[in-house]
Amino acid sequence: MAAISTRTFRPSAGQRRLAAKLVGAALSLAFVLVFNFFLFRVLPGDPAKNLTRNRLVPAEQVQVLRESFGLGKPLSQQFITYVGDVLTGDLGISYKFRRPVSEVIAERIWPTVLLLGLSTILSTVIGLWIGIRGAWRRGSVFDRVSLGASLTLYAMPEFWLGILLLMVFGVGVEGFPGLFPTGGLSSPNTELASPEGIVDVARHLFLPCLTLTLAYIAEYALVMRSSLLDELGEDYLTTARAKGLRDALVLRRHAVPNALLPTTTLIFLNLGFVVSGAITIETVYSWPGLGLLSYEALRTPDYPLLQGVFLLFSAAVILANVLADLLYARLDPRVRTG
Amino acid sequence: MTRPATETLPPSLPPQLSPRAIVRARRRQAAARAWREYRRSPEGMIGLGILVVFVAAAVFVPLFIPASELDVTKATGTPFSPPSAEFPLGTDESGRSVLALTLWGARVSLLVGFLATVISVVIGSVVGIAAGHFGRWTDSLLMRVTDWFLVIPFLPLAIVLATVLGPSLANIAFVIGITSWPGTARIVRAQALAVTSRPYIERARALGAGDWHLISRHILPNTVPLIFANTVLIVAVAILSETTLAFLGLGDPLRVSWGSMLDSAFTHGAASIGAWWYLVAPGVCILLVVLAFTMVGQALEAVLNPRLRGR
Repeated sequence: MAAISTRTFRPSAGQRRLAAKLVGAALSLAFVLVFNFFLFRVLPGDPAKNLTRNRLVPAEQVQVLRESFGLGKPLSQQFITYVGDVLTGDLGISYKFRRPVSEVIAERIWPTVLLLGLSTILSTVIGLWIGIRGAWRRGSVFDRVSLGASLTLYAMPEFWLGILLLMVFGVGVEGFPGLFPTGGLSSPNTELASPEGIVDVARHLFLPCLTLTLAYIAEYALVMRSSLLDELGEDYLTTARAKGLRDALVLRRHAVPNALLPTTTLIFLNLGFVVSGAITIETVYSWPGLGLLSYEALRTPDYPLLQGVFLLFSAAVILANVLADLLYARLDPRVRTG
Repeated sequence: MTRPATETLPPSLPPQLSPRAIVRARRRQAAARAWREYRRSPEGMIGLGILVVFVAAAVFVPLFIPASELDVTKATGTPFSPPSAEFPLGTDESGRSVLALTLWGARVSLLVGFLATVISVVIGSVVGIAAGHFGRWTDSLLMRVTDWFLVIPFLPLAIVLATVLGPSLANIAFVIGITSWPGTARIVRAQALAVTSRPYIERARALGAGDWHLISRHILPNTVPLIFANTVLIVAVAILSETTLAFLGLGDPLRVSWGSMLDSAFTHGAASIGAWWYLVAPGVCILLVVLAFTMVGQALEAVLNPRLRGR
């Protein structure tokens, strides 16, 4: 009895692994906070001066601002205040918009979620399909063409592809009028909730979504191809064939599920790359999301806003990594049982 | 170099050579063998050819096109004029030759790419070797930091750093270098761990070898081939990163690079007036150079990484 009770108190290998991952994620977030805090302190000039830049502000008012930032206090005190502020959602005041950073960010989240979500889903489905087909018929015309296309897409800056698509399909070239709007989320004076509004947003979404999908497909296809190629040499596939399974079944039931494991993790780890695409593509198409917001912040430069966006992006990617681990544990019985 | 140390020397070598000379001769042979194998890869040779052309263009362009052609105040062409006999690749928004800009841009793009790669590879190798060789808390601490850099999204981090440091060629290279080393660190650490556990390291340690000797004489030479293949792939990523940062306006404002060309093409509305030549010229160059580095890197990896052989 005693032996059993001590066993139930001991966490399984899977639980310990999960706990370690959660601690790791928390540490990463803490690092981001510390990094953000100190970066703000090494900036040239002081935050109060930056906020009042290009305007004539009396010295007393700057002093009041300085005190409201807590700049006179010791560094440790400032850090505690900073962490407390961030945890309560207070990210400071944007220089450019002269409104709380958290408010500005909140307005811009949904366009980015819509754009990134849609293009990630599309590129994952298409990319995995291309990768699987290429690896299974390795060396075929399809494989060689798709591999070449993937490597080429991978080698071009995604914003360059975006500008070219914008020029051809947005603005239009000689004898070929532009088919899609050149930027923004919707046309002016359109009611977003109406059916016409939805069609209008979809038309605006088409080109940025196409660009990002093309840019991401390359990566997913390459990863899937190489991870399936890794599996193809394995003995269990020979066994499956020896059992008399048809080729398509060997692929679907045996090879692909195993090859999907490393790919799933990579798709989540790839979120950092997805975020980079959002910044440049939203800039090209003036899509009013977080990416365009980062661009506006860095061109000003609006340091509190920049910090806020960086914090949000980092937190999102760290969270996605934890999710990837959870998902991996569900998908892979070896990890689940420890 | 990756062959076991017990490989017998060819009989052609005179027996009175010093140990150093034997090592050198053996390395020369390994390099020659790797080159023979590399030459068999058509992709690798095509990539190498493209790179030679671009590097030559970047190095020798001042001999053919004076730097004054980049001066906005001395521009002779009409702004945004399409390709003609006088301007083979058309002109930009202030009437400068896009061909001249593209060729001069190659210098900055390649230079930043190489500088960033050097920074990245040095940090990555030092961290990787230290973590793999010393193990224990050094390893866990360094890997913790590496994981952090791996998980933080590259572009937002680079933007924050570049904004704070200010735009200059050296800063851009530094920012790219400091954000792109974790991959190298992991690869190098794995190899260093594998080498450290080999019996001859234990033997060397028993003979009184210190950490410095072990690292410089045994671990480093065994990781260099991997680092080398990885380096070439990093140059491709670094050049793409420079382009992205310059496009966002974080590049050196005083120098022309392919990324800053795309930035000014975009901000001056080259897309809306259909000035395709201004967009296509730098873009195609980036595409070719990155593709070439990727092809060379993959061909090198296939030669130098025994695990990938026969794939």
